Amino acid sequence: MNALPAEQRAETSMTGVDSPSPVVRVSVSNLTKRFDRRNVLRSINLELYSGERVVLLGSNGAGKTTLLRILATLSRPTSGVVRINGLALQQSPQEVRRHVGVVAHQPYLYDDLTAGENLHFFARMYDVPDELHRTAEVLELVGLGARTKDRVRTFSRGMQQRLAIARAILHRPQLLLLDEPDTGLDREGMHVLERILEHHVASGGTALMTTHDLRFGLTSGDRVLLLEFGRLTLDAPARELVEEELDARLSRR
Amino acid sequence: MAINRPRSARKSNGGMMLGLLAGVTLAIGLYLGLVYAPEDAVQGNAQRIFYIHVPMAWVAFLAFFVVFCAGIMFLWKRDPIWDQIARSSAEIGLVFTTLVLLTGSFWGRPIWGTWWTWDARLTTTLLLWFIYLSYFMLRAYAGERDRAARFSAVIGIIGFIDVPIIYMSVDWWRTLHPGPVFTSSGAAMPNSMLLAMLVCLLGFTLLYAYLMVLKFGIEQSKDKLLDYQYALAEREAEGAVTA
Amino acid sequence: MKRAVGQISILIWKDLLTEVRTKDLFGGMFVFAVLTIVTFNFAFDLTGVNRAPSGSGALWVAFNFAGMLGLGRSIALERDRGSLDGLLLCPVDRGTIYLGKFVGNFLFITLVEVISVPIFAALFNINVFQLSLLLVLLLGTVGFAAVGTLLAVMAASTRSREVMLPVLMFPILLPVVIATVRATTLILTGQTADLGPWLNLLGAYDLLFLLIAYVVFERVVEE
Repeated sequence: MNALPAEQRAETSMTGVDSPSPVVRVSVSNLTKRFDRRNVLRSINLELYSGERVVLLGSNGAGKTTLLRILATLSRPTSGVVRINGLALQQSPQEVRRHVGVVAHQPYLYDDLTAGENLHFFARMYDVPDELHRTAEVLELVGLGARTKDRVRTFSRGMQQRLAIARAILHRPQLLLLDEPDTGLDREGMHVLERILEHHVASGGTALMTTHDLRFGLTSGDRVLLLEFGRLTLDAPARELVEEELDARLSRR
Repeated sequence: MAINRPRSARKSNGGMMLGLLAGVTLAIGLYLGLVYAPEDAVQGNAQRIFYIHVPMAWVAFLAFFVVFCAGIMFLWKRDPIWDQIARSSAEIGLVFTTLVLLTGSFWGRPIWGTWWTWDARLTTTLLLWFIYLSYFMLRAYAGERDRAARFSAVIGIIGFIDVPIIYMSVDWWRTLHPGPVFTSSGAAMPNSMLLAMLVCLLGFTLLYAYLMVLKFGIEQSKDKLLDYQYALAEREAEGAVTA
Repeated sequence: MKRAVGQISILIWKDLLTEVRTKDLFGGMFVFAVLTIVTFNFAFDLTGVNRAPSGSGALWVAFNFAGMLGLGRSIALERDRGSLDGLLLCPVDRGTIYLGKFVGNFLFITLVEVISVPIFAALFNINVFQLSLLLVLLLGTVGFAAVGTLLAVMAASTRSREVMLPVLMFPILLPVVIATVRATTLILTGQTADLGPWLNLLGAYDLLFLLIAYVVFERVVEE
């Protein structure tokens, strides 16, 4: 793992060129989600700010992926209000989607199209204005510039994940949602992810990441959230937390 | 001192009244149809099944219309009550459709010598039966409750709009393959028969309403029960954790 | 509006390009259609003088089954690879996504038909090269693809999806089956005077169900 320790990163972003005061990027109030009469998320209240890297921890079934899917507009809340950049999710889902980029377990890529063609497709779907330039730019950023004309089917899992990251940032979203990004990436991929996240956050973006790996989580974010049985039970800066205590808490299931 | 009956008691009183009304009307209607009305000149007493077959067909399609409307409301408003109404009506409708097909068969056999005919009405009823069936299969296989409700609402809407088109296409197709049409004698019905038919129609409609009240109550309770069960399970699980 | 057209175009481009490279759907559908027609030759007498009515029936049954096969596979592929979610993430109207899928499916099925028909004509020595037949093919396939695309997406989210799709499709599509077979028979036996009502029926069906599916699709894919 190549993540900078939390303190160092906090300093870097604080000494960033122009640090405007943080804006509320995401506001969640009283969010509840029920599936088949089963409450998966209960009364979640949460605010995420610009320039933050937030890590979401929780054991399986705690609701992490569900929360991410709701923020990604893939799932509707049962009740509660979610706003991203001031836009209410349920009123203006299309607008919200422009501001959100998602890296998930599935790469959302088309195997029989080339890397370039995949990005061309998504650039059109997202109305990316400077498509040619931007596509080349993100491919370079993830280190796949040389593979533009190769079909995704020929990529390794790590490369596919990197292309998925490229797809996620293509439209310059201000909110990045990453569901266990560490599981699909190879070492070079982890470097790439770290660079991209740093740049993203330094320019005012927000990143919310879920992970299973406690150590990675604690070193990867400024702020840590814990979901237990669909409730947010912890919301603290990463540097105040001790790995062993959290581990004990999580393994109490 | 005013006595406030609890809501459930008041509701069941209303339901009972409706049931009573339905029963009485049906009894009168059946008497009119099976005893009072004259024997059919051509078909004899077998024609009397008409007084049951036709009203049940009316109910089958009325029930589907309710499924259609409730489906639209559910997709629009997302309130589970509309799904409770829709699935209640669908179940009653399926039962009535089955009975229509059976009574049609029992009628056709002695009179026209055939168990079935591909005329537009009966064929459309058969297709309706299949659409109802697909409604319930979809619900069973959809996995979770909300998806089942949404998907079956779509089938209810599409199916209902399709019914008149199915009727038309079979009707036109039939002009090339004419055959028996299960129906009452072509001549205008004497008033006594008309009266019997109308009363039966009313009786069966009231019966549908009564069954709806019962079924809807059951479906609502089913949903509430599930709510309580899961809430209980969660509380137990949470209690075990925070202990 | 212009945006929607652009998005539909790119959706179609994506599906066509994938299909051209893998020939996943087309190959299977085509072989299946021709095999069905050949089998029907032995099930019904497609060589006698009265072969036109049976022949048009065989033709459309073959297209329906092949079409269902194609629809089922196409949607299953999207869902299994999670690419439907990838589409839903984009700021695109759900109705537009539906139209993109619809046109793609329509094109695949039409392609299978266009190649199968001459083979059918050759095998059974029936003259099929008439413009009105093309019209019937188009109208029938629009209806089939319009309803089929919607129902296939629903079926793909259920257990037992291979069974679910035909169970859903056959009752709803009955008017299309009746109309296309009747119209084809009329054309093959030279009785084109009576074609009008059937074409009107198909046209009305197509418009109606395209509209309904377009509106309803959003509620089908949301979770």
